[in-house]
Amino acid sequence: MRGVVAYLWLIPLLPLLAAGAIAVLRQPQRALAARLAIGSLGGSLGVSLIAFFSTLGAAGPGEAERVYLNFPWFELGGATVRLGWVLDPLAAAMAVMVSLVSLLIFIYSVGYMAHDENFTRFFGFLALFAAAMLGLVIANSLLLLFICWELVGLASYLLIGFWYHKPSAAAAAKKAFITTRVGDLGFLLGLVWLYAETGTLLCYDGGNGCLEQSALAGLVTQTTVAGLGVSTAIGLLIFCGAVGKSGQVPLHVWLPDAMEGPTPVSALIHAATMVAAGVFLVARVYPLMDADAANLPGLSTALAVVAWVGVVTAVFAACIAVAQTDIKRILAYSTVSQLGFMMLGLGVGGVAVGMFHLLTHACFKALLFLGAGSVIHGVHDEQDIRRMGGLRRPMPITFATYAVGMMALAGVPVFFSGFWSKDEILHAAHGWTVSQAPFYLGLLGALLTAFYMTRQVCYVFFGPNRGGQAAATGVHAAADAPRATDSTATNHGRSPHESPPVMTWPLLVLAGLAVAVGFVGTPAWPWLPAYLEGQGATFAWGKLFAWGTLGTMLLSTVVAGVGIGVGWWLYGRRPIERAADPDALERWRPEVFGLLRAKFHVDEFYEATFIRWHGRWAAGCAWVDRWVWGGMVLGVGLVAQGLAWLSRWFDEYVVNLGFDAACERLTQGGGWTARLQDGQTQNYLKVLGVALAVLLLLLTWGGSS
Amino acid sequence: MNGFPWITVLTLTPLVGGMVVLGLGERRQRWARPVALGASLTALLVAGVMWSTFDPGTAAVQWVERYPWVPTLAVEYFVGVDGLGLLMVALTALIVPMALLASGQVRERVPLYFALLLFLQAGLFGTFTALNFFHWFLFWELSLVPAFFLIKFWGGPQRGSAATQFFIYTMVGSVAMLLSFLALFLATGKFDFLEWAELRRAGDWGAALSARLGWSSLSPEALSGLVFLGVFLGLAVKVPVMPLHTWLPATYAEAPTPVTMVLTGLMSKMGVYGFLRLLVPLFPEQLRCWLIPLLWLAVLTIVASAAAAFAQRDLKRMLAYSSINHLGYCLLGIFAALRLSEGVLRPELERAAALNGVYLQMFNHGLTAATLFCCLGFLEQRAGGLRGLEDFGGLRKVAPVFCGLMGIAVFASLGLPGLNGFVGEFLVFKGAFALVPWATALAALGLLITAVFLLTLLQKVFHGPLNPKWARLPDLDAAERLLLLPAVALMFALGINPQLVIRMTNETVLGLIRQLEP
Repeated sequence: MRGVVAYLWLIPLLPLLAAGAIAVLRQPQRALAARLAIGSLGGSLGVSLIAFFSTLGAAGPGEAERVYLNFPWFELGGATVRLGWVLDPLAAAMAVMVSLVSLLIFIYSVGYMAHDENFTRFFGFLALFAAAMLGLVIANSLLLLFICWELVGLASYLLIGFWYHKPSAAAAAKKAFITTRVGDLGFLLGLVWLYAETGTLLCYDGGNGCLEQSALAGLVTQTTVAGLGVSTAIGLLIFCGAVGKSGQVPLHVWLPDAMEGPTPVSALIHAATMVAAGVFLVARVYPLMDADAANLPGLSTALAVVAWVGVVTAVFAACIAVAQTDIKRILAYSTVSQLGFMMLGLGVGGVAVGMFHLLTHACFKALLFLGAGSVIHGVHDEQDIRRMGGLRRPMPITFATYAVGMMALAGVPVFFSGFWSKDEILHAAHGWTVSQAPFYLGLLGALLTAFYMTRQVCYVFFGPNRGGQAAATGVHAAADAPRATDSTATNHGRSPHESPPVMTWPLLVLAGLAVAVGFVGTPAWPWLPAYLEGQGATFAWGKLFAWGTLGTMLLSTVVAGVGIGVGWWLYGRRPIERAADPDALERWRPEVFGLLRAKFHVDEFYEATFIRWHGRWAAGCAWVDRWVWGGMVLGVGLVAQGLAWLSRWFDEYVVNLGFDAACERLTQGGGWTARLQDGQTQNYLKVLGVALAVLLLLLTWGGSS
Repeated sequence: MNGFPWITVLTLTPLVGGMVVLGLGERRQRWARPVALGASLTALLVAGVMWSTFDPGTAAVQWVERYPWVPTLAVEYFVGVDGLGLLMVALTALIVPMALLASGQVRERVPLYFALLLFLQAGLFGTFTALNFFHWFLFWELSLVPAFFLIKFWGGPQRGSAATQFFIYTMVGSVAMLLSFLALFLATGKFDFLEWAELRRAGDWGAALSARLGWSSLSPEALSGLVFLGVFLGLAVKVPVMPLHTWLPATYAEAPTPVTMVLTGLMSKMGVYGFLRLLVPLFPEQLRCWLIPLLWLAVLTIVASAAAAFAQRDLKRMLAYSSINHLGYCLLGIFAALRLSEGVLRPELERAAALNGVYLQMFNHGLTAATLFCCLGFLEQRAGGLRGLEDFGGLRKVAPVFCGLMGIAVFASLGLPGLNGFVGEFLVFKGAFALVPWATALAALGLLITAVFLLTLLQKVFHGPLNPKWARLPDLDAAERLLLLPAVALMFALGINPQLVIRMTNETVLGLIRQLEP
C-alpha cells in the first residue's frame, strides 16, 4: 500500500495529459482523440484497481488504514503550503467507481457522438473532467480538493455548453457554473476559516492534519456567533459547496438544465460522478462534521442539517419528477432526489451508508442515462416521452437494460442494488434518535421514485408508438433536438432502431454492475461498510432476519410495490394513444400536476427575486457611478470652472479695469498738461500777461495793506 | 553600489529607444515598430537577467546605485529593487512589448506613438526602481505625460475629455501627495524612502512635523494625519479606490487598446505599489486609525465595481470596472495585513498570506487584464470598432482559437484554479479572513458577481447562434496567436507553480511585516 501511494498521482495525471494532447489535435483526428482519452482512462482504471486491491489486505481493526503522500507547493512566510494524495478505502472505492464508469461512458460516447463535428473537442473535455474528478477523489488536501472541485465545475460548464450554438445550452452552462459558485463561496470561506483555525488544509498529516484529532479537539471548544460551535460553522460552510455541486435544495435548479449537454455528459457528470462529489466531500470531511458529537455518531448539528437538507431534497425533487415529460429531465430530478437520499444517509448513518448508495446509484443512474441516450439516438433525437412508446420491441437490449436500471432505482427487492443501499439509508433513518420524520419522508420519497420510474418506462417502452405526432403545446424547451446540426425535419417517418454495439455493450456491463454492486453491502454480508470503516466483514445469514432489518426491508418492499403498482395502474394499463393526450394525473388533479410540472416555480421565484435584485443593484451601482460619483466630479469641475470664471472676471473687470482706468486718467492728465505746452507763443504770452496782471494786482493789494 | 548599473541600463533602454524612434521621422515610419520592439525586448532581456540573478533570500534592496544629485536638498539618484520592485519591473518588461505588438493598427504619427509608449515604459521603470522621493516623483509624473498624449492623439471619439479628465484627476492627487512629502522633507530634511521608514519606526515624527510646521497650530497627530491623507489621496486616485475611480472607465474605454493594456496592466499597479512602498511603511499608525472605514472602502470597491461591470454594455467599460474590482482585492489584503492581531492564532502567517496574495494579484491582474484588453482590441479591429455586449454572438463557430484563448484569460480573471488568478485571490482571502472576517466574507460576493458578468460576456459574444453579420470574421492570424500564446502559457505556469513568483516576494513580504510591528 505504501508503494502504491507514490504512484497515485498517475490516476489523474494520465487523463490530464490526454486532455492536453487532445487540445492541440486538429478536428479530423477523431480516432486518435478517442484512443487517447479511452487509453489514458484505462490506465487510470488499472492504477485505481491496483490501489484498491492494496487497500483490501490492509484493513486493521477499528481505524481504516490510510497512507498519504504530502509535497510542498509553495512557500508562504515562514511556512510552506503543502498538497498531498491520500489512499484510504474511501478514496480507493471512489476512484475505481469513477474510472470504471467514466471508461464505459467514454466508450459509449464513441458511438453516441460519432456524427458530431466537434468530436475531438468532446473527448478533450471528457478527459479534462476525468482528470479533475480523479484528482478530487485522491486529494489529501482540502485546498487540492477545492482546486479539482473548481476544475470539475469548469469541465461541466464546457460540456453542458458543448452545443454552444443553442442559446438554451449556453444559458444552462452559465447557470450551472454560477449556481454552483454560490455554494463554492461558502466552501471557500469554510476553507479559509479552517485554515486560520488549524493552520493547515492537509486532511491527514501525521496527527497535524485538519481532520485529525488534535485539530478537531481545538475546534470544538470554541464557539462563534449565535453559540454555534466553530467546527459546526466551518462544517456547514463546507456543506454549502456540497449543496451547490450535488444539486441540493435550494441550489438544485442548475442540474435539470444541465441536461442540455450531450447525454453521455449527463450520465457521466450530472448523474454518476461529479454531482456525487458533494456527497464525497461530506464523507471526506466527516470527522469535522461529526466533531462536536464525536461519541454519538450522526448527532452533531452539522450532520442534522445535512440529513434534513437531504431528505427535503429527496422528496421535493421526486415530486417534480412525477410530472416531467422529458426523458432526461425525469432522470435529472431523480438524480437530485437520490443525491438527497445520499445526504440523508450521511447525516443519519455515517460515511458507509451514504457512500454505499453513491456507488450503487452511480452504476444504475449511468445505466439509465445511457439507456435514455440510446432511446434518444434510436428515435432520432426525440426527448419527449409522450412522443415515444412501444420501444421495447425495436430496442430489446436497451429495454432490458433500462428495466434493470429502473428496478434498481425503484428499489425492487433482493436482486437489485438500489434496494440494498436505499434500505440501509431507511434503516439508519429509522434508528435516528433526533426525529423520525426523515424516515417517513424517506419512505415517501421511495414511493414516489418507484412511481415516476414506472410512469417513465410505461410511456417509453409500452403502448403504441406515438412518434411523428405533434405533442401538446411546447411545455418545455428541451424537447428540441439536441443536435441542431442533425435535421429534425427528417426524423419523423423513420422507424426507431436499436443502437450500435459500441453503445449497447456498456449498457450490458452497467446492468450487470447495477445488480452485482448491491451484494457487497447487504445486512448479511456488510462488506462495503466494513471495508470503508476498516473492519473485517463476516458473513451471517442471521442478520438479514433480525427484526429491525427485516421490518425496514419489508416496509420498503411494500413501498416500492405500491409505487410500481400505482404507476402501472395509471400508465401501463391504459397507455395514452396520442402524444397530445393529457397525463393520467393531469386528468385527476390538473392544478397539482401543473404545479409539479412547473417545478414548484422555483426558477421563476429566483428570476423574480435574486436575479432581478442583482440586476437592479447592478444598475443602481452603475447609476450611482455615473450620476453621484461622476456628478461630484463634474460638480468639482464646475466649481473649479466657476472659480476660473470668477478670477477672470476679477482680472478683467477689477484688476484690469482699474489699471485701464488709471491709465486712461493718466493719458487724460497727459493730454491736459500737453495742452499747456502746445507751442503756440500767443497762448504762452496770453498766460504770461494774465499771470503778470494777477501778480501785479496781488502785490499792489498786499503792499497797500 | 558596485557592479554593473543594471537598473540605469534598464531605464535608459526604452528612453534611448524612444529617441531613436523619434529620430526616424515620418519617412522611415515602417521601421518605428521594429525598432521600438527591439528596445523593449532588450529591456525584457535586462529584466530577465535581473530576475535570474536576484537573490531571493533577503528583503534588502539589490543592485543599488546611489549618487548625490542636489546634496543641499537631500536629492539623490538612488535606485534599487527588492522583491516588489523586481516583480513590477518584470511585469512592465512583459506588458509593454505585448502592447507594442498589439499596435499594428496605428496609422498616424507612427514614430511619435511608439516613442511615447517607450517613454511611458521608461517612466514606469523609473517609478518602480526609485528609492528617493524626488526622482520617484519625477518619473511618477513623467509617466503621466506620454499616457496623456497617447490617449489624446490616438484615442476614441471622446478622447479629448477622457484625456483631460485622466490628467487632471491624477494631477490633483499628485499635488496633494507632493505637498505631503514636502511637509515630510521639512520635518526630516530627507527624501529617502528607506530612511523615512527607519525614522518612522525610531520614533514619532509627529513631533518633528509640528516643530517645523508649528505655525499651523495643529496637534502632531492631526498634522501627521493630514500628511497621510495627502499621500493617500494621491495613491487612491491612481489605484483607484472608490469613489475616486470615475476617471478610469472613460479613460480605459477611450484610450487606444494597446495603451489601455499599459494603463490597466501597469499604471494601475503604480497606485498599489505606492501603497506598499510608501503608505504602509510610513503611515501604519494612521492606516490603523482609519482601518474600519478603509476596509469598507475596499469592500465597496470590490462589490460595487463588480456590480457596475455587470450593468455595462460596452465591453471595454465592463473590463475597466472588472479591473477596479481586481485591484480591490489588493486593497483588502493590504488593509487586512495592518490589523492588530488580538485573537488571531498565527498573525505572522496570515499577514504573509495576505501580502503575498497582494503581490501575486498585482502581477496576475497585470498579465490577465492586459491579455483581455488585447483580445478586445482584436475583436474591435475585426468588427470595425464595434464592441457592444450585444453586437456579437456565436463567434466561437468562426473563431474557435480566439474563443479558446480569450476564454482561458476570462477564466484566469475569474480566479479558476490552475490559472494564475486563483492563488493570489485565495491567499488574499486566506490572510484577510483570519484578520478581518466580516469584511472578507462580504468581499467574497465580488467573486460571484465577477463570475456572473464574465460568463455573460462569454455567452453573449461567443455562444448562441452565429450572428450572420460576422459569418466571415477571421480567426486569429499567426502573429496574433504568437502574441497571446506566451501570455496564456504564463497564466498556466503561474497557476500551477506560484512558487515562481512567491520565491521572489516572500522575503520582501516578511521584511514589510517586520516593519509593521507596532
